[in-house]
Amino acid sequence: MSAAPGSAGGAVLSPRAEGVTPSSGARTAMLAMEGVTAAYGAVEALKGVSIHVEPGEIVTLIGANGAGKSTLLMTIFGSPRARSGRITFEGRDITGLPMHQIARAGIAQSPEGRRIFPRMSVRENLLMGAQAMGVDPAPGLEQAFTLFPRLKEREAQRGGTLSGGEQQMLAIARALMSRPRLLLLDEPSLGLAPLVVRQIFSAIRTLNAETGLTVLLVEQNANQALRLAHRGYVLVTGRITLEGTGAELLARPEIRDAYLGTH
Amino acid sequence: MSGAAIPHEGGVPHNDDGVPDPGEMGGIPRQAAPPAPRPPLSHALRDAGIAALVAAGLFVPLVGLRTDVASSGGGLIIRTRWADVAILVALVFGGRLLLNLWETLRPERRPRSARNTALLLRVGTWVAPALLIFALTFPALPGTTRYGLDLGILVLTYVMLGWGLNIVVGLAGLLDLGYVAFYAVGAYSYALLSTGFGWSFWVCLPLAGILAAFWGVLLGFPVLRLRGDYLAIVTLAFGEIIRIVLINWVSLTGGPNGVSGIPRPSFFGLSFSAGGGPGSFSDFFGLEPSPTHRVVFLYYLILALALLTNWVTLRLRRQPLGRAWEALREDEIACRALGINVTNTKLTAFAIGAMFGGFAGAFFATRQAFISPESFTFIESAIILAIVVLGGLGSQLGVALAALVMIGGFEAFRDLEEWRMLVFGGAMVVIMVWRPRGLVSTRTPSISLGKRKAISGDLVGEGHG
Repeated sequence: MSAAPGSAGGAVLSPRAEGVTPSSGARTAMLAMEGVTAAYGAVEALKGVSIHVEPGEIVTLIGANGAGKSTLLMTIFGSPRARSGRITFEGRDITGLPMHQIARAGIAQSPEGRRIFPRMSVRENLLMGAQAMGVDPAPGLEQAFTLFPRLKEREAQRGGTLSGGEQQMLAIARALMSRPRLLLLDEPSLGLAPLVVRQIFSAIRTLNAETGLTVLLVEQNANQALRLAHRGYVLVTGRITLEGTGAELLARPEIRDAYLGTH
Repeated sequence: MSGAAIPHEGGVPHNDDGVPDPGEMGGIPRQAAPPAPRPPLSHALRDAGIAALVAAGLFVPLVGLRTDVASSGGGLIIRTRWADVAILVALVFGGRLLLNLWETLRPERRPRSARNTALLLRVGTWVAPALLIFALTFPALPGTTRYGLDLGILVLTYVMLGWGLNIVVGLAGLLDLGYVAFYAVGAYSYALLSTGFGWSFWVCLPLAGILAAFWGVLLGFPVLRLRGDYLAIVTLAFGEIIRIVLINWVSLTGGPNGVSGIPRPSFFGLSFSAGGGPGSFSDFFGLEPSPTHRVVFLYYLILALALLTNWVTLRLRRQPLGRAWEALREDEIACRALGINVTNTKLTAFAIGAMFGGFAGAFFATRQAFISPESFTFIESAIILAIVVLGGLGSQLGVALAALVMIGGFEAFRDLEEWRMLVFGGAMVVIMVWRPRGLVSTRTPSISLGKRKAISGDLVGEGHG
């Protein structure tokens, strides 16, 4: 069935469904988008995008403002729906599914702007992450508090009173509560101090290394995102223009000019 | 970094943006702003002058000019009343000036709302039990009159309606301006089933709730995609549609004439007949036949129904469904992203809220013994919504207090005659100025760690400009 990541030795937690290590050669992409187009009304935001994310990878999607990065993530989640093309997750077509069913298939997202529940306590926010899936929240809570000890200190505090960085930690921890196999992260560094961005990125790396969680990360902060990711895609006005490993992309002059600032 | 934990660098608790940690400040809201610069006298005068100008602009056409029928010829003549206008404008000027000066001269500002919240919390712990004990013993208290009991029934009906609507508006955050429609569905369900088929109140009560819930779902489907203002308009229209159907479907509902002769409820088969014949309540218990028995019974009936509403709401709040409602109110997109079925969550909120409206409607029908579409106008929806908003969205105690203040207060000011509406409106404005997020604006987390920590309304978005 699923091609979940293999060894998870010394893991904080392993993902929900223990998968079988894919046999060499028969590697199916965990997530694949094939020629996906999406539009808001008459405005085409994605013009035939094809990407794939392999199990256990961190893949980043970089691009300028308005390139369609967030749209791409939201299209995976079915809002907006893909006008054409196909999106598969672990071999299953999820193109037309309603949002909550896509979430239940094993994909979680920390949406753009964090979108935590401001009036609910940190603990309640986390429980909401586990609730819809009917997952036991206890291990997820433990993982969240191990990963972000700050959230443990803030457990009874309301989401809306947290700082920006803490809210981002909460958004990621809440997404992880459902024990997803694929985590979509939309601009986790947005509006945060460099120190906090480092904390969050290192948390993502830890998760990936220790639990084998697959991550698709959308970032404007191309420099750090490419350093973190195994592979990256560059999105320009709704089209993928470049693909490569993080190091390859970092080395390319046009990337340096466009997204990293020239020195 | 290889460890699972991300340590704080430097080890000192700090915020990423460098400000002192707000979490250490306990109940004091972050927005406790530094005292605003005091307006000087000239500013106060200028502000009062502007207010007077606005007042003059309003009062000149409203009060200053008046048309009378001329004594000769019967034509209209315009009479002017400049003296009245001058008095009113002077009142506005003086009042505004005093208000400004008071703001200037009064002692140092303290974080008032934080203090109020703490006070209300302390008060809240004994107000609710005290109110409950009062409500339970009210019919037995010495000075309780028949009029008092009737008023109590009326207040409790609105408490129940407020609690029912609170599920939809307060918890799930779906603004419903047509709640009275479900009240009407419940009332007509009982009225028609009992007069048409002779079914008893106790059979019809659940049916009325089920039918109202059905209509709640029916309303819920088309409005699933709507939020805020748009939802409000559609629910408003829905309320009117139900009322207009009730008026025009004469063959079923009796149209504007309504349904009369609705049977009264019995007490486990014992009727409350005035004569006290065999099989009646007074006969069975060996009491002197008295019409008060029925009123007391109705009082306890609506009290039980209201408490049932409250109990169900409190229970649901602690369960996944209730938490999903609250999450939905906070952020619908986040709910979807977390895999919550937003459609079902909204429909259950509409259905359960409507069900309690239906129960209240059935009670209303049996109490009045006569119903007509006139009882289910938009103003009823508005009053119920006002109770929920004034009480504090989502607060059970607040809604009960607001119903008491609004319905009880409205009756208490009966002697003021035509000024009553003015006092009523003024009171609503004062409450909203004094406590913009409702009387009880705190939210108790539905799950807590040992001690309960209420959440002050000052820390949330509602009511902030």
